Amino acid sequence: MAWQALVSHKLRSFLTTLGILIGVTTIITIWTTIEGLNQYVFGQLSNIGASTVYVQKYPWVIKGDFWKYRNRKNITYKEYQALVQYCTIADHISPEVFAPKKVSYKDRKFDNIFVIGTNEEYSFTANVAPEIGRFLTELDVRNKRYVCVLGREVTDQLFEKENPLGKRIRIGDKKYTVIGVLEKKGNFFGQSMDNFIIVPFGTFRRVYGGHRGMRVALLTNKTERLEEMKDQIRGILRRVRKISPAEEDDFAINQQDMLTSLYKSLTSTLFAIVFVIGGISLLVGGIGIMNIMLVSVAERTREIGIRKAIGANRKNILSQFLLEAIVISSIGGVLGIILGYFGGSAILSQMDLTSGVSITSILIGFGFSTTVGVLAGFYPAYKAAGLSPIESLRYE
Amino acid sequence: MLIRIENLTKIYQLGKVQVRALNSINLTIEKNEYVAIMGPSGSGKSTLMNIIGCLDVPTEGRYILNDRDVSNLTDDELAQIRNKEIGFVFQTFNLLPRANALHNVELPLIYNGTPRAIRRQMALEVLEKVGLAERASHRPSELSGGQRQRVAIARALINNPSLILADEPTGNLDSKTGEEIMQILRDLNDAGNTIILVTHEEHIAQRCKRIIRLLDGEIIKDELNDI
Ligand SMILES: Nc1ncnc2c1ncn2[C@@H]1O[C@H](COP(=O)(O)OP(=O)(O)O)[C@@H](O)[C@H]1O
Ligand SMILES: [Mg+2]
Repeated sequence: MAWQALVSHKLRSFLTTLGILIGVTTIITIWTTIEGLNQYVFGQLSNIGASTVYVQKYPWVIKGDFWKYRNRKNITYKEYQALVQYCTIADHISPEVFAPKKVSYKDRKFDNIFVIGTNEEYSFTANVAPEIGRFLTELDVRNKRYVCVLGREVTDQLFEKENPLGKRIRIGDKKYTVIGVLEKKGNFFGQSMDNFIIVPFGTFRRVYGGHRGMRVALLTNKTERLEEMKDQIRGILRRVRKISPAEEDDFAINQQDMLTSLYKSLTSTLFAIVFVIGGISLLVGGIGIMNIMLVSVAERTREIGIRKAIGANRKNILSQFLLEAIVISSIGGVLGIILGYFGGSAILSQMDLTSGVSITSILIGFGFSTTVGVLAGFYPAYKAAGLSPIESLRYE
Repeated sequence: MLIRIENLTKIYQLGKVQVRALNSINLTIEKNEYVAIMGPSGSGKSTLMNIIGCLDVPTEGRYILNDRDVSNLTDDELAQIRNKEIGFVFQTFNLLPRANALHNVELPLIYNGTPRAIRRQMALEVLEKVGLAERASHRPSELSGGQRQRVAIARALINNPSLILADEPTGNLDSKTGEEIMQILRDLNDAGNTIILVTHEEHIAQRCKRIIRLLDGEIIKDELNDI
């Protein structure tokens, strides 16, 4: 019955539902986008183990005055050794130094490949594993051997189909033997995570100099002792650096959850903005629906009279008009869900991400549009239900 | 006894003015009667019809329908009685314009919760009774006046009501079609239905078995009519 009435006013119903459509589209677009981002970002962040902390010069997320960090000293080899000696809670500790270098094999040359100098513990702290060959060993590191482990992308570029194991490549001015290739990690916001080379820490320092800054990664297998480990690290470094109790730390202990919470605060702000925009469109849509339903009740006064004369009670009339309002706004809702999904997918594909249809977003779309339908339809429907049958029958 | 009306008065309040549309009416109607309510415009025919049809309630007095006092029921209780006990036939047909004949006829059944399949079946049967089974899928705009009124009669019959109320049923029809409708009503009365018909036309009233004449809200004459 509600359907019949709607079909006979197609254009009017469609225009009425536009507000709902825009509101739901906005909400679903952003919802789909954020869900796609979440999946991706949390997946990538989990590559940085949750229980690995990084001792570095600067914090990852800077709050407040940027300038107070400018005079900080690099983390030194001596400090790394102190951590190895005194940080009893950490199960794995790796020093990490980085530099972009020229890399070549036969006639294939690449500038600016990211080279990491580290130790055998890196496979734990960074959670990487060789796909073929092996990772660095303690002997490689202690003897400062000229060996290297390659990321997947570097391997493909340098060797194409050739087996890389045992081949010698040139990094900077020195030749290194390839001992392993790491498993593929994929992309992070268009940035390849497989375009790097790992060499022994000592080798890196001997060849490229020992004074550059480094970072130290520490991992504990006992996640419940993570905070305790951070306190221990802080104590060790403050002692080594002779920081008086009144002074602040002049180093940073970074952890994945800093990025997670930064990301969460960004997305929740976005959510809030979008819900306000979506909410306003839904409100406007709701007013539109209420208006059109009042018109519809007036136009169909005689119909209401007929229905009442033959036995419709208040509830019958109320639910008829309420249902009609819900159908109008649900049409907007369904179209909004579809458009929003395409909108979200389009945004995600700009970032090379894929999207999925989520039950949550469908429920949200339906939930919002139905609620608006009920709220906007109730007053007109209530009015219709209360009409007197005699007067309605007399209505021209 | 189907209807007993005792000292029934209806007063309309128009601002400060009171209009006494019905003044202390007493009336009984038995099952299977065929009654015409006659009277000039403004005499109170429609007001009486509305109360008998449970579309309205009296200001004073009692109305007993099928041994039940219905003078003081709520809107929803009245709706239920209209659905079960009364079939309306209006001068202007009052069909739903967007619904086809079948749907118009089955409408009363929707409001008493009859299952869809049974509804369809019953609606087709009554349409057959009024000779319109083959027009079941036509909308009112695709039917002639007489056909529309027959759809309305089918709708009035579908719940097998105790009482059929026809308000000027031939008022919008030419005399030949009006004659057909009067014949259908006569056949229904012969088949055992109780019919009350409101009219201001003497020749229509003369087709009924009892004529009640109203003037200024009072019954001035109540006589049997031989046909
Ligand atoms: N809703 C109403 N409000 C006020 N007065 C009314 C109303 N309905 C009818 N009346 C008055 O009651 C009297 C009887 O009207 P009605 O029953 O319609 O007569 P009829 O159907 O015989 O023409 C008339 O004077 C009419 O003006
Ligand atoms: Mg009248």
